[in-house]
Amino acid sequence: MHHENPIVTFLGLQFNLANVLMITVATVVVFLLAVLSTRTLAMKPTGMQNFMEWVMDFVKNIINSTMDWKDGGRFHVLGITIIMYIFVANMLGLPFSVVIDGELWWKSPTADPAITLTLATMIVGLSHYYGVKLKGTGAYAKEFLKPFWFMLPIKIIEEFANTLTLGLRLYGNIYAGEILLGLLAGSLATGVGGHLAAILPMLAWQGFSVFVGAIQAFIFTMLTMVYLSHKVASDH
Amino acid sequence: MKGVKCEVLTSSLVLGEAAHTGINTGDIVFQLVMFIVLMLLLKKFAWGPLMGIMDQRAQHVASEIDAAENSRKEAQKLLDEQRNLLKEARNEAQSLIENARKQGDIQREEIITTARSEAERLKESAKLEIEQQKEKAVVAIREQVAHLSVLVASKVIEKNLSAQDQDKLINDYIKEAGELR
Repeated sequence: MHHENPIVTFLGLQFNLANVLMITVATVVVFLLAVLSTRTLAMKPTGMQNFMEWVMDFVKNIINSTMDWKDGGRFHVLGITIIMYIFVANMLGLPFSVVIDGELWWKSPTADPAITLTLATMIVGLSHYYGVKLKGTGAYAKEFLKPFWFMLPIKIIEEFANTLTLGLRLYGNIYAGEILLGLLAGSLATGVGGHLAAILPMLAWQGFSVFVGAIQAFIFTMLTMVYLSHKVASDH
Repeated sequence: MKGVKCEVLTSSLVLGEAAHTGINTGDIVFQLVMFIVLMLLLKKFAWGPLMGIMDQRAQHVASEIDAAENSRKEAQKLLDEQRNLLKEARNEAQSLIENARKQGDIQREEIITTARSEAERLKESAKLEIEQQKEKAVVAIREQVAHLSVLVASKVIEKNLSAQDQDKLINDYIKEAGELR
């Protein structure tokens, strides 16, 4: 179950070309999905516009459950983009994976810790940025001393823990799903009998992975809004 | 063989495949850039217009509700107006009927009175006429009697009758005259 990665060094940065490919694919899929479904907008929504409006309302409800819409409205676009992007990224690795010359090319981009941690760090960074921007530096710094001053080290650790858990939770779920799919496809399905035996658990696990992928996208968005609201909301 | 496979499995499970290749800094930068670009593009091409149309719909619904409320008020006002008008018309009709009835009563009384007085007048004139006719008749009889008397006298003279005959003759003529009358 081990595959090499197509690594290329460019401008002193290490690129995993498989990740680059899959990030691009996920981005393009999300973009096309969103743009095509909002191409013909009507006052009476039909078809895909309904779906997109449902997604918007879904994210709006997530934001409303964590903070005031007055504060949270600005994160609406971020939330929709995150939930769509992570869901699509989670789904990409499910139907198949492509291995060329021992190098894994087609997989979920979210099955890589570097990518999920990038997203998580971006979210936590944004939460700090908006904390300073909306409440001022003083109020932002005071939050670290609440409820007691000696909580400061714990509060600082919490920020790093948040980042790590947010990224690694997503990575772990998706990576584990792909590993098991790979094991089922690669190790069990040897010969005709093995293929037949692998069909049922494959189906079950793919179905479960769709569920997990959707849940993880929701959880990531939810926690994004929770972390943002901790920094942004004036009282909680 | 078995040991090798096991070793490979564990190494691939430890922090993904990045463990032995270092950190993919390029992936990190690429992911960040792509996500931000995606977000900006979607905001411009998808979410922005979608939010716009949703806001527009919300406004449309609100204005429709307002319009419905207004037209309901209008309808209520018109209904009240119509109801008042109907009541007025009914009252007016009632008073018209009442007036007509009164008018009719008065007119009946008048007609009866005129008829009565007319009848009285006719009766009076008839009486007068009768009286006049009577007078005329009496005058005529008187003339007749005088005439007859003259006639009788002349006849008596002519015949030279006895006193008895004369009496009888006069009586006969008087009787005759009485019968004529």
